[in-house]
Amino acid sequence: MKKFLALLLALVMVFALAACGSEPAPTTSENPGTEPSTAPSANGETAGVPEDFKVGFIFLHDENSTYDLNFINAANAAIEELGLTEDQYVFRTNIAETQDCYDAAAELADEGCDIIFADSFGHESFMIQAAQEFPEVQFCHSTGTRAHTEGLANYHNAFASIYEGRYLAGIVAGMKLNEMIANGEITEDEAKMGYVGAYTYAEVLSGYTSFYLGAKSVCPSVTMDVTFTGSWYDQAAEYEAANNLINGGCVLISQHADSMGAPSACEEQGVPNVSYNGSTASACPETYLVSSRIDWTPYYLYAINCVLNGEEIAADWTGTLETGSVVLTELGANVAEGTQEAIDEAMAALEDGSLHVFDTSTFTVGGETVTSYMADVDTDADNTGDTEAIVDGYFAESTERSAPYFDLQIDGITLLDTNFG
Amino acid sequence: MNNGKVRVPLVHISRRSALPWYKAWAIRGIAIVLALIVCGILTTLLTGEDPIQIYISMLDGAFGTSRRIWVLLQNIAILLCVSLALTPAFKMRFWNIGGEGQILAGCLATAACMICLDEVLPNWLLIAVMLVASLLAGGIWGLIPAFFKAKWNTNETLFTLMMNYVAIQLVAFFIIIWESPVGSGNVGIINQQSQAGWLPMIGTNRYMLNVLIVAVITVLMYVYLKYTKHGYEISVVGESERTARYVGIKVERVIMRTMLISGALCGLAGFLLVAGTDHTITTTISDNRGFTAVMVSWLAKFSPIFMVFATFLIVFLDRGASEIASDFGLNEAFGDILTGVILFFIIGCEFFITYQLHFRGRHAKEAAENV
Repeated sequence: MKKFLALLLALVMVFALAACGSEPAPTTSENPGTEPSTAPSANGETAGVPEDFKVGFIFLHDENSTYDLNFINAANAAIEELGLTEDQYVFRTNIAETQDCYDAAAELADEGCDIIFADSFGHESFMIQAAQEFPEVQFCHSTGTRAHTEGLANYHNAFASIYEGRYLAGIVAGMKLNEMIANGEITEDEAKMGYVGAYTYAEVLSGYTSFYLGAKSVCPSVTMDVTFTGSWYDQAAEYEAANNLINGGCVLISQHADSMGAPSACEEQGVPNVSYNGSTASACPETYLVSSRIDWTPYYLYAINCVLNGEEIAADWTGTLETGSVVLTELGANVAEGTQEAIDEAMAALEDGSLHVFDTSTFTVGGETVTSYMADVDTDADNTGDTEAIVDGYFAESTERSAPYFDLQIDGITLLDTNFG
Repeated sequence: MNNGKVRVPLVHISRRSALPWYKAWAIRGIAIVLALIVCGILTTLLTGEDPIQIYISMLDGAFGTSRRIWVLLQNIAILLCVSLALTPAFKMRFWNIGGEGQILAGCLATAACMICLDEVLPNWLLIAVMLVASLLAGGIWGLIPAFFKAKWNTNETLFTLMMNYVAIQLVAFFIIIWESPVGSGNVGIINQQSQAGWLPMIGTNRYMLNVLIVAVITVLMYVYLKYTKHGYEISVVGESERTARYVGIKVERVIMRTMLISGALCGLAGFLLVAGTDHTITTTISDNRGFTAVMVSWLAKFSPIFMVFATFLIVFLDRGASEIASDFGLNEAFGDILTGVILFFIIGCEFFITYQLHFRGRHAKEAAENV
C-alpha cells in the first residue's frame, strides 16, 4: 500500500511539474513562417502548385552535419520559393545508406509524394530500387553516378561543377601565399599548401586538383601535400591531419571533409584555411579565408518545376556558376589585397568559356602534358576508363556525367598517403 | 520491554521471495506507463509540442501503414533472431558480447557468395550455399573464443568483444575490394539486375519470409532450451560448473557446442539481413543489434517467449522515436533520449521486482505489533 502511495505521489509531482513546465513552451511551437501562400514566386510561371502536390526529402543525417545542413537549407529555400504548405513536403532525416533508404523512399511514395530527393552517395542503389517499383514517382539523387546508364525514366542524378568553385577558392589561397612571400614570411619555395581529404576518390581528387590549379594560376611556385582520413566526418582525425600537415611545413590548409577538425586546428596554429561547404568565419575569425560550396536550391527548383510543368527531368544535371549552384561564401578578414578582383576576373573567364580549370597546358602528369585520357564515367563492374575526357586541350570534367571523374595525379601535388575506403 | 533504541533506516531493502507473475508484470506495466508520462513531459518541456500528439505520432510511426508494420516486423525478426542466438550462451553464463562480430561474419560470407558465385551456380543452389556459408562463418566466429575459453580459460567477455572489431575491419577490407565505384567506400546493392542470391519474396512482400523463419527459430529455441538434453546441460553449466562436472557433463564440450550454435544463429541473422532485405554490406549493417540483443535476452530472463515481447517493445520504441524526430523536426538524438528514458524505467523496475522496500513507518508498526 505504501508503495502505491509513493507511486501516486510521484505521479502527482510529475503532473505538477508538467503544469509548471508547459507555460513558456507555446511561444516556440508557433511557426512564424505562415505567409508563403500569399507570396507568389519570383519566377512567375510556378504559380499553380496543385494542392495534392507533395515533395519528399531524404537526408543521411540531420542539421548537425554540415553536409546535410547544406541540403536542408537548400530544401527549405526551394520550399519557400515555391510557396509549399506544410502538408506538401516531408523531411526524413537520419536515413542510413541501407534498406532504410529504400523503406523511407517507398513510404514517401506511399504518402503520395510526386518527387523524392536523396542526398548521400550511398543512397543511390536503394533509390534505384524504389524508382523501379514506383514508375509514376520521380526520384532525384544528388552526387550519384548511375542515372545516365541505368535507363530508368524516373531516376535522375545531379551534381555541380564544384571544381570551378574550388578553383576560385584556390585563387584566394594563391593570393594569400603571394602576400606571405611579399611580406618575407616565407620564400617562394616554401609556398606549400596542405589538404585534408576524406578518401582517395574521384570527387576528392577533382576537388584538390582544381584547388591547387587555382592557387598555381596566381602563385606559380606553389606545391601541395595531401593526406586522407578515411572518413567523411571524423573531427579528431581531421584535426590531427591538419596539425601534421602544418608541422610538415604547410603554410595554408584546405580540406574536403565535413567536420570542423581542420579549420579549428588552423585557427589554433594561426595558419590560413580555405573551407568547404560553408563559412567557418564565426568559429575561425583569424584564419578563415573563403569557402566554396554547392547550393542545391537551383536543382531542387528545377526538378520540382519540371514535375509541375509535366516536363522530363534531365537524367544527369550539372549545376554551374551560371545556374547559381556553385557559390563562394564571403571573404575572410585576412585575405590578401586584390583578392576580390582576381576572383571576379577568373569567374567571368570561367563563365564565358575562355578559361578552363583543367586546361592541359597548366599541368603535367609525370612531367608530360596529357593529350588523351580515358576516364571511368560509367559505373560498371570493371572500373576502367571508358570515355575520352580530354577535349579541345582541357579535361572536360562533369560534362559526360555530373559527378566528378577527374582522377589524374598531377605534378606538384604529393600524396602523403592514400585511403580507398 | 527494553528501551534500547534501534536506529531504523528510512528505507530498508530486502530480497523478495518469488513474486507472482501477474504482480511482476503489473510492476512492469506501471514502469512503462510512467516512462511514457516522463517522456511526454520531457518533450513538452523541451520542444513545446503536445504530448498526446507525440504518442499518436509514435504509434503512427510503428503501425501507420502496412509498409510500416512490415518494417516493424522485419526489425523485430532480426533483433529477435540475434537475441535468441545469444540466449543459450548467456544461460550458460558465457558472456557472449560478440554478437555484432558473428552477425558481420555471416553477412560477409553471404555477400561473398553473392558476389563471387552469382554466375557459377543456379539460384537455389546459390542461396543454399550462402545459407551454409553464413552459418559456418558465424559459428566459427563464435567457436574461436569458446575454444580458448574451454582449453585455456581465457576471458570470454574480452575475447568476444575483440572479435567484433576484427570482424568490422575484415568487412571494411572487403568493402574496399568490392566497392563500386572505386574509392567511394560503398558496395551498393549486390546483383541489382539479376537479383541472384536474393531470398524469394512471398507474393509481393519482401519481409514475410524473414519473419516466418525467425518465428520457426523462436519455437525451436524454446524447445531446445526447455525440453532437450542439450538445454538441460546448458542450464546446469550455467548454474555451477562444478556441479556439471560432478554429474559427468563434459563442460568444455558444452561450451564449444553452445557457442557454435550461438554464433551460427547470429550468422543466420546476417544471412537474413544481406540476402533477405538489404542486399548490400556495410560495417554498420548490424546496427548494434549484437549489443541490443544482450539487453533483450536479459530483460526476457532468457525465455524465448518473453523475448518476443521485449524485442517488440524495443523496436517499437525505436521506430516511434525516429518518427517523432521526423514529424516534429527534432533530431535523432531526441529519439535516443526518449528511448533512454523508457529503458531506464524498464530496467529499473526489475529492481522492484527482485527487491522489496521497507519504509521506517511500517517497521515501527510491525515492531509495535510484535511486542
